[in-house]
Amino acid sequence: MCTQIYSEVISVTKECKEGDWVEIHYIVLEARERTGDIPEDTQKVPLECWIKGWAVEEGSLGEKITIKTPAHRHVEGTLTRINPEYTHTFGPYARELSTIGEELRKALKEGN
Amino acid sequence: MARDTSYDAVMERRAEIMSKALGLDYDEFVISDIAFDYEGMMERAGYSLEEVRKIQAEAGVGNTPLLELRNITDLVRQTSKKGYGARILVKDEAANPSGSFKDRRASVSIYHAKKLGYPGVLAATSGNYGAAVASQAAMKNLGCIIVQEVFDSRHVGQPEIIEKSRKCEAYGAEVVQLTVGPELFYVSLILLEETGYFNASLYSPFGISGVETLGYELIEQVRSKYGKDPAYVVVTHAGGGNVTGTARGVLKAGAKATKIIGASVDLSGLHMASDNDFNKKSFTTGHTGFGVPFATWPDRTDVPKNAARPLRYLDRYVTVTQGEVFYVTEALAQVEGLERGPAGNTSLAAAIALARELPEDEIVVVQETEYTGAGKHPWAQLDFAKQNGIIVKRGDPKENVPGKNIVIPEDFSQISITEMDLNRMRRSYIRNAVERNKVEIVTEKDIQFLAEDTKTHAEFVISILRDLGVNL
Repeated sequence: MCTQIYSEVISVTKECKEGDWVEIHYIVLEARERTGDIPEDTQKVPLECWIKGWAVEEGSLGEKITIKTPAHRHVEGTLTRINPEYTHTFGPYARELSTIGEELRKALKEGN
Repeated sequence: MARDTSYDAVMERRAEIMSKALGLDYDEFVISDIAFDYEGMMERAGYSLEEVRKIQAEAGVGNTPLLELRNITDLVRQTSKKGYGARILVKDEAANPSGSFKDRRASVSIYHAKKLGYPGVLAATSGNYGAAVASQAAMKNLGCIIVQEVFDSRHVGQPEIIEKSRKCEAYGAEVVQLTVGPELFYVSLILLEETGYFNASLYSPFGISGVETLGYELIEQVRSKYGKDPAYVVVTHAGGGNVTGTARGVLKAGAKATKIIGASVDLSGLHMASDNDFNKKSFTTGHTGFGVPFATWPDRTDVPKNAARPLRYLDRYVTVTQGEVFYVTEALAQVEGLERGPAGNTSLAAAIALARELPEDEIVVVQETEYTGAGKHPWAQLDFAKQNGIIVKRGDPKENVPGKNIVIPEDFSQISITEMDLNRMRRSYIRNAVERNKVEIVTEKDIQFLAEDTKTHAEFVISILRDLGVNL
């Protein structure tokens, strides 16, 4: 229940206040500014950057704002997330691995 | 006036920025365009083994358990010819504060940064090293910035790297997440200049001397428990620091007959700086995409002279497949009760095949494990692979094609190694040393250095130089 309420709160939040933990984005190098010493597919796209920190001002998603990073740098970029959460997981069940334990235990038992 | 931060202007200032950020003058070790005093650099710029042990003991790093993998050894013997199948031991480096051997590397750099009065430390790494630097910096109350290569141009990131971003942020570090490209180095230079932070490079003498304790400890532990030296120490090889530091520690412990064997995941055919290839691999480190280029040209890093020089120490270099490492990761959890991260098990997969070469009374040491967690887990990584169009199946690992499929062995007996041609890599290194340094004439001192740096002898180096048409 709590998880659901929390995710609803973050999904409806489109504006951040000063002091909120947020993520910003900016382009470090446009495609044309990149080093020539890279594969063609990489050469075609810009070098982009995302950094998290505390908002030093109010802002809305998609607007330019400045953050103070944990290393106390002030960085300006486009506000991309407010209260950003980590969404990586242990992943879904991997069928391809699921019987390995049984197979090896059987081999150990038979071998002995 | 603000400094020019355009790509060209920053790269122009790179030597000056790097020198300030390391507090180390490499010029005093230079002998010629090719040769430099490697041992002198390690001795005078780094720390002695005793000093490192003290630094690490204070930081809660090292003295990790050495565990015997009894069931895996049993399985190896079942799949070896009679009387063969060496005992496999593993150094449980996941027991370090941030969960990998990288704490050893970070602890010395951070100690040094603190001693020299730097306000913080910066490291450019998408691997466990970032977490190690962030953890050690937190202990020493230093600022910390970790620069990572995380996303492709679709803003899709490897779950393993996303987890490492999270871990660095958990330790209070600023994490700069970039899309694919070698300009990560340029971003790091700008940040070093802006902050005055110490460059906690993976490749400084500090970092490498930090790993020596790993090799030293494992020899001490094997001797005290089994009364002999291991035949092989198997080391997951990527940038070269793990091999170099461990081998130096093994030698310092006097285990001269112990063979140092590097192991990488085979990712041949995938370009490391390619936006399209970036998410076609399941392993973000410990693979040939780093292992080969860093061995054949170590001086490609963020320091003028790389202290990690794997060809100086490698006796053999072998590869395994992604599917074999996932299989072995599952086996380690299921029959040894050790749930650890996949990348650290690269050397374990190789050790299983290598142990079959040796009689039962010999010992093979796998010198690391790493922590596991959300993202850094076979399920997450296999799912991500599938989402990126990779076929995942049980089968014969020989069908492995990096970037196309991941073949999980059907049977323990299928785990095998592919031997890399070290002489070919040595040749490639010698060619790089001549060409990249734009050397016209190679002197006797250069030849001596190249022989030491490739673990060969003068005749070998001379024959390759003659082949290349270099003036001697």
